[in-house]
Amino acid sequence: MRDSTFKSAFSDRTAKTFMGVLLGATLVVTLLNQFFPPDSPLHVSAYTVTLLGKYLCYALLALSLDLVWGYCGILSLGHGAFFALGGYAMGMYLMRQIGDRGVYGNPELPDFMVFLNWSELPWYWQGFDQFWFAALMILLVPGLLAFVFGWLAFRSRVTGVYLSIITQALTYALMLAFFRNELGFGGNNGLTDFKELLGFSLQSDSTRVGLLIATSLSLAMAFVLCRWITGSKLGRVVMAVRDAESRARFVGYRTEHYKLWIFTVSAILAGIAGALYVPQVGIINPGEFSPLNSIELVVWVAVGGRATLYGAVIGAILVNYGKTVFTGVMPEAWLFALGGLFVAVTVFLPQGLVGLVSQRWAALRKQFPPKKTNNDTLTPAEGEAP
Amino acid sequence: MGHAIGRFLTTLLLAALCNTVLADLATDTGPAPGPGLHDILNQLASRSFDDKEAAIRQLAEQDHPRVVPLLNALMNRDLVQHRDSGAILLGRKNSDGWLLLDPVSEAEQQQVGSRDARPVVINNRLRTVINNQLALRDLASPDSEQRYQAAGQLIGNADPEMLSALTARRAKETVARVQDRIDVALNIATLDNDDLAARLNAIDALADSLHPAAKNALRDRVAASDNPAEMRAAEKALARIEARIERYQTADTLFFGLSLGSVLLLAAIGLAITFGVMGVINMAHGELIMIGAYTTYVIQQLLPNSHEWSLLIAIPAAFMVSALVGILIERFVIRFLYGRPLETLLATFGVSLILQQAVRVIFSPLNRTVVTPEWMSGALEINPVFSLTYNRLYIIFFALAVFLALLTLLKKTRLGLQVRAVSQNRTTARAMGIRSERVNALTFGLGSGIAGIAGVALAQLTNVGPNLGQSYIIDSFMVVVFGGVGNLWGTLTAAFSLGIANKLLEPMAGAVLAKIIVLIFIILFIQRKPRGLFPQRGRAAEE
Repeated sequence: MRDSTFKSAFSDRTAKTFMGVLLGATLVVTLLNQFFPPDSPLHVSAYTVTLLGKYLCYALLALSLDLVWGYCGILSLGHGAFFALGGYAMGMYLMRQIGDRGVYGNPELPDFMVFLNWSELPWYWQGFDQFWFAALMILLVPGLLAFVFGWLAFRSRVTGVYLSIITQALTYALMLAFFRNELGFGGNNGLTDFKELLGFSLQSDSTRVGLLIATSLSLAMAFVLCRWITGSKLGRVVMAVRDAESRARFVGYRTEHYKLWIFTVSAILAGIAGALYVPQVGIINPGEFSPLNSIELVVWVAVGGRATLYGAVIGAILVNYGKTVFTGVMPEAWLFALGGLFVAVTVFLPQGLVGLVSQRWAALRKQFPPKKTNNDTLTPAEGEAP
Repeated sequence: MGHAIGRFLTTLLLAALCNTVLADLATDTGPAPGPGLHDILNQLASRSFDDKEAAIRQLAEQDHPRVVPLLNALMNRDLVQHRDSGAILLGRKNSDGWLLLDPVSEAEQQQVGSRDARPVVINNRLRTVINNQLALRDLASPDSEQRYQAAGQLIGNADPEMLSALTARRAKETVARVQDRIDVALNIATLDNDDLAARLNAIDALADSLHPAAKNALRDRVAASDNPAEMRAAEKALARIEARIERYQTADTLFFGLSLGSVLLLAAIGLAITFGVMGVINMAHGELIMIGAYTTYVIQQLLPNSHEWSLLIAIPAAFMVSALVGILIERFVIRFLYGRPLETLLATFGVSLILQQAVRVIFSPLNRTVVTPEWMSGALEINPVFSLTYNRLYIIFFALAVFLALLTLLKKTRLGLQVRAVSQNRTTARAMGIRSERVNALTFGLGSGIAGIAGVALAQLTNVGPNLGQSYIIDSFMVVVFGGVGNLWGTLTAAFSLGIANKLLEPMAGAVLAKIIVLIFIILFIQRKPRGLFPQRGRAAEE
């Protein structure tokens, strides 16, 4: 039965449109970068390619939050922590790849450890010279943290605001911990100065394009996965938990198990986003854990429109594009704009931009009814958050 | 510095030189020349430091107003020996060399080249002797604070020769804290006495002193002594001192814990109102604290000459400004979001970003300093190892006062009754004729105003900057959630227990790790008791 749902996800019109737009855009950017000389007006620079790759990582992160917030009603203010943990796992692999090309030329130890006078690699750094191990950790570490944290929290029925606040405390505590040099993750400066990934130099244009394609494919697959989850029977229960948790429990569902499951999946997706993000921006530091980042992420989803999946992606790309433009043109105005966006979206656009567009669309349809009746609507069932 | 002053005086004197009348006047009004002083000073010409020391002691014993200035001059290398006559004179360095003055009358004698005179050389031992002699003279001062400082200088430095003079001073002393210091100085000096019985007495007496010099002197005695009884006594005294120091250090930690707790209480108590009573997650709470702090700063700028009492204006002003901003936030944003706590969280976070940026634009992103009034600086010194700084002490009392005022307001006034009614059941409250809209705005204003008051207090402890509020917001939420939402006594308990726990952990784990441990503890605690330490009972908690 699940297989058929999975197949239906591929035949799903939304997923098809989404993948078509995303992969098409990626292909166009790739071609423009690779086959046009730098002086051509149609050339897309490596900087733009990396910028787009970064936006897509944020989009994947936003997608993961939409899965728990939009569909399960869990407002996590600590999703940045899973993103950063995935990023750190990737960063550790990239650090080990530097080898003896660091400033101190130590083949075994990263520069910051030499600087701290450490004589050998700590046990938790072992194995990160292998890509498969790092890839496993990228999935495992955020997943495990989410599982343990969620297990404790959902079992004792910590919900709503309380859950939001303790997830925020979680990412805050992690930020403080990662700022410490003694923890062995580079302290304040984090991990940086990466040279190559799987043997490809991170400076070269083709690697950057490759990373963009990888990010784009991951986002497309994550989108299909999320569509499949939300369309499945399990997804329906998750939405029931969001809309009326006690009722779902009385009907006989172990609601905490459903919440835990969706929370863990979401954390793993956030971790993947972080892992893709780090080689493209070239640094990971404790600032990624800051509670502000996690809250900003919530706004991306809110701006786009939650519980639609593609809304989160659109929101992440739009807000971050706005941020790039604003911070370049008038940096003082960015925080005013972001703050205003928070207020405006929550007060005037509870359904986000997507909600606004589909409302207008519905109104237009009412005014000018189409000649042939076609009941296929894009928007899934919309629920009020508790 | 000394030279600079010297040069300045020289210019003055050169100007005076033109006016002989003035110069004559100066000689006339100067004290009558004391030939005795000149003779003593001339002994300083000796090359032997022992001779110089004898001369210094002799000089210090003279009852003459010039003694203290002359000892200071010797310290500052202003006493010079004239090469031709060999006499010791006051020398003022100037561009032509030295202007020589009579050491007693300060009358000008002659101008000589820079090689015709050289300063009297002193070493560290002589410096200590001079300082001790100056301190001994200060002990006769009518100002008890000066006597107290002088006695402090003598602790650990007083030499056996001074014992009799010091004992005489001790007999005349009336102020207890000066008496204590003189006793410690006397006893430390007695440790070098040849009489064993006197030494043992001194050791016993020192066992009650917490002065660091006493500890060092006893330790030296243990190392130097060859008498087993004396050694045992000294070791016992040392052990006693160390045990007491440890006890006072614990007290010190507790004081800092209480102080941190009171800061947390001030920061969280406004949140306890808006979050606990109204169910609104106000992420802009930290910025309301910041606005209070900036109000304090602005008031100090407006009243530059009255730092002593401008704080008393700042408290109501900060309350009004923050309350006003709070009411505006409630009317324009939160009003639309009642019953949707997660959305109030997002909207107020947006407000907090706007407020922060506004402050950056208006006041610059740099930190501002608020002047601490005289009556709040300094410390209440209980003993040499334990003192309570006044600003922290006042803030503890201030936090408790604000807490009690708020409690009274909620329990005893009509507004408080209405607030509680609306928070328990809005519909029924409205049916009873309570204007819930107005009550909401006022409650939110109240919570915000208290945040402003917290800002006044915080401005005394930390720098006032745009990020001031951000650093307190997570802590404040932790306090409210840990104590139990909607319970003011819970907030009080949580604030003080978290403050003390943090400070107790700090010496063991370091400041950052202590904070992490406390955060993790709270996260685990919330898992076990999701409603905090003191959960609200009854229907209101069922939501």
